[in-house]
Amino acid sequence: MATPTPTQTSQRVRELVEATVRFAGDSGDGMQLAGTQFTNTSALAGNDVATFPDFPAEIRAPRGTKAGVSGFQIHFAARDIFTPGDKVDCLVAMNPAALVTNLSDLVPGGLLIVNRESFDRNNLQKAGLESNPLEDGSLEGYQVFPVDMTTLTRRAVEGTGLSTRDADRCKNFFALGLVYWLYNRPLEPTLHFIESKFSSKPAVAEANRRALMAGYNYGETTEAFASQFRVAKAKLPPGRYRNMMGNQALAWGLMTAAHLSGCKLFYATYPITPASDILHELSRHKNFDVVTIQAEDEIAAVTMALGASYAGCMGVTGSSGPGIALKAEAIGLAVMTELPMIIIDVQRGGPSTGLPTKTEQADLLQVLFGRNGECPLPVVAARSPADCFDVAIEAWRVATRFMVPVILLSDGYIANGSEPWRIPELEQLPPIPVHHPDKPNNGQVFYPYKRDELLARPWALPGTPGLMHRIGGLEKEDVTGNVSYDPHNHQKMVNLRAQKVANVAKLIPPVEVEGPEKGKVLVLSWGGTYGACATAVKRLQEQGQEVAHCHLRWLNPFPANLSEVLARYQRVVVPELNMGQLLLLVRGRYLVDAQGINKVQGKPFTVGELVEGIERYL
Amino acid sequence: MSTSNMPLPVLKPNDYASDQEVRWCPGCGDYSILAQMKKTLATLQLPREKVVFVSGIGCSSRFPYYVNTYGIHSIHGRAPAIATAIKVARPDLQVWVITGDGDALSIGGNHFIHAIRRNVDINIILFNNQIYGLTKGQYSPTSPLGKVTKSSPFGSVDNPANAISLAIGCEATFVARSIDVYTSHLQYVLRRAAEHRGTSFVEVYQNCNVFNDGAYSYATDRQTKADHVLELEHGKPLIFGKNRDKGIRLNGMEPEVVELGKGITADDLMFHDEKAEEPTLAYLLSRMRYPEFPEPIGVFRDVERPIYDDRINQQLVQAREKRGPGDLNALFNSGDVWEVNE
Repeated sequence: MATPTPTQTSQRVRELVEATVRFAGDSGDGMQLAGTQFTNTSALAGNDVATFPDFPAEIRAPRGTKAGVSGFQIHFAARDIFTPGDKVDCLVAMNPAALVTNLSDLVPGGLLIVNRESFDRNNLQKAGLESNPLEDGSLEGYQVFPVDMTTLTRRAVEGTGLSTRDADRCKNFFALGLVYWLYNRPLEPTLHFIESKFSSKPAVAEANRRALMAGYNYGETTEAFASQFRVAKAKLPPGRYRNMMGNQALAWGLMTAAHLSGCKLFYATYPITPASDILHELSRHKNFDVVTIQAEDEIAAVTMALGASYAGCMGVTGSSGPGIALKAEAIGLAVMTELPMIIIDVQRGGPSTGLPTKTEQADLLQVLFGRNGECPLPVVAARSPADCFDVAIEAWRVATRFMVPVILLSDGYIANGSEPWRIPELEQLPPIPVHHPDKPNNGQVFYPYKRDELLARPWALPGTPGLMHRIGGLEKEDVTGNVSYDPHNHQKMVNLRAQKVANVAKLIPPVEVEGPEKGKVLVLSWGGTYGACATAVKRLQEQGQEVAHCHLRWLNPFPANLSEVLARYQRVVVPELNMGQLLLLVRGRYLVDAQGINKVQGKPFTVGELVEGIERYL
Repeated sequence: MSTSNMPLPVLKPNDYASDQEVRWCPGCGDYSILAQMKKTLATLQLPREKVVFVSGIGCSSRFPYYVNTYGIHSIHGRAPAIATAIKVARPDLQVWVITGDGDALSIGGNHFIHAIRRNVDINIILFNNQIYGLTKGQYSPTSPLGKVTKSSPFGSVDNPANAISLAIGCEATFVARSIDVYTSHLQYVLRRAAEHRGTSFVEVYQNCNVFNDGAYSYATDRQTKADHVLELEHGKPLIFGKNRDKGIRLNGMEPEVVELGKGITADDLMFHDEKAEEPTLAYLLSRMRYPEFPEPIGVFRDVERPIYDDRINQQLVQAREKRGPGDLNALFNSGDVWEVNE
């Protein structure tokens, strides 16, 4: 039973163009849920949104410690936005550890909502605090709102039959309700969510509903808050929208490409953070004829994908850096056998196990060069959560058109982040033509390595009479595909495979530049840093600076016009969440004296950092 | 195109030969295995396009190039994983994995275990020559302890792996063993493997006459083989020996070699039951090694269990039946969706 959102407001309401809220608490406090709900509600209210969940690698780090703090940041606005925000306008800290680890991101004078009751001696000690910041004056630069969330929540859910422990788990809904009031958000979407999520547990549903309402009403009735805020609807292009996370968009993109191509999607993978959600999503959709296999290891996963492609499906495997390292030899086999395949790398901090839940862009050189021999393949990178949908379809298109494995780069930031996604008209998406020969291509003989005008070989499927042939990892004779150790043939085949990948540039659009056509500085970015780079460049342009932005979608091959674009600027600046990998490629390939802005802290760039970094070249 | 009322062309063993020159060393046991395989395929009259051979790396793994079917010569140890996917994607194909002792039990041990555990409907034929041939003579995971090779000049210190014990430990539903030069027996075992639904595992003792010649001479020399090899037959007592005067009797859980006569009859011996649900006796047979025991050949185990590729494809069908065929538009528009107008 939905309760209507109270409409009367007793306080004055201030209009904002944008705001950033962060929920922070213990990993068991339900902060990700609160953040997701706030995101959906804001999106439904018509804002543009961008989110950044940040959680520890440990499932349940010791309660109350800094290691266990989980956060979810939402940037919502009445205009187009591309990042989850550098700084936080409103921080909800459920305990002292959450306060300590997040306070530095709160803007001076920002709103700080804390659960006062969690600031006891034990929790203060766990957070490494010697005195209580709520009492020692250290929070003077902020608007602090200590709320007795534990007691208020317990009181609200009294009579629902929940144990105290279960009642305390409703605190996130109390906090969410309060922030809903503060930003004048509707309650209905979350009330609907509670109703359907806990439909089998009516007591829990009722308790969460009451906690949410209690939080909202607390804002309404206490006079602690000087004002409420309102963020108007953004002017997004017309259409139907939904909120999308990167991994979900990738999964849906793959399913859509399967539909467009008529090839069955065969996803074989091994669980790894932050790629596992692709498997979780795809495994729910078996009625779309999606095969998912949780293989025994990363190598089995990639070789299963290869076997599936050989048999006429699109074999897809997904992993993160450590798994991609294990898959390298099999990816080489796919290059050699010239079979279509998609290898998804949702990058995380490395090397080795590195930072499993934190983002980085440091696998670019690995996916380009981390195989034995001359082994080029196309590489495409998503730039935002919703973009994962389009990139999956593009990767599929190239893999089938060129008979080549394609690497699709995402990262932890994109994978778990979300933004509004304009729902495409399925009928408007161009089909992906796929051809399987059913008769010999040279008189009575079938040549498995006879190529078409773009150098793709035929995709003949086992089961087809008369086209029996053998493929494998040994070097193939041109055209016939027989094993060949001939020196000149090897040179020829290496050249052909390289030229085939280079030919992808004939089908991909030229890069575009945002900003002046030529001039002082060109910011060249790729992957998940798109939003921060676009926003930083825009800000500098508004300040009258001569700076342009160019974002690469394909990292191999580079778009045909890239060389000419780079040459039009006095300075090329390459921001990357690695120590200069695209930078190395651009310098080596185009002989330009490009400069890097580099960061490897497990976190995305802030717009401020980039503005500062780019300004040095202006 | 043939029509249903035309007689189907009869395929002969040589129709399964590819046009490629076979490049194993002269005298290699692999030639015989290839020949028996072609005969088996002809016996079964399998259309060539419906057969896929998948191999890894090693001498044996060149096999797919020599048969005129579909085939992948893949990378070291990974053939079972590739074959699994092919079978899941195309259940109408008959999929064979050709592997060796190093390929299956060393570098590919993990995939070997999991293909068998899943009971994918594929046939895994392991050419066991107890040596690394293609890399020119290092000890393999099945080489006996103390084996002197290029990489073990003071003798191997590795305990050898027992392929059949391992397969049974992985809940294999079909396990068999044969020997390269036992041509008709090998054909029989290969045919049985092909007919079994689920993972069929066949170990073939194979002589590497260059790097490990005579490793199985005890089992192949005319003079001695009858005393060192025990041919398993379903429902029959375990009898062996040139004069068929020896047998295997169970003493508690221990097998022992006994001589028939002097009060011991065939009825006292262990009887072979390849259909036994419980794999304990099959495992016990797998522990019988030369020289203490005759080594069993034939079908150790042949039972029916649910099949991985069936289950995967059944789930797809059930999901469609339950929820209707996937509708992307409906999916895109499910849940919280909002409209932005001009």
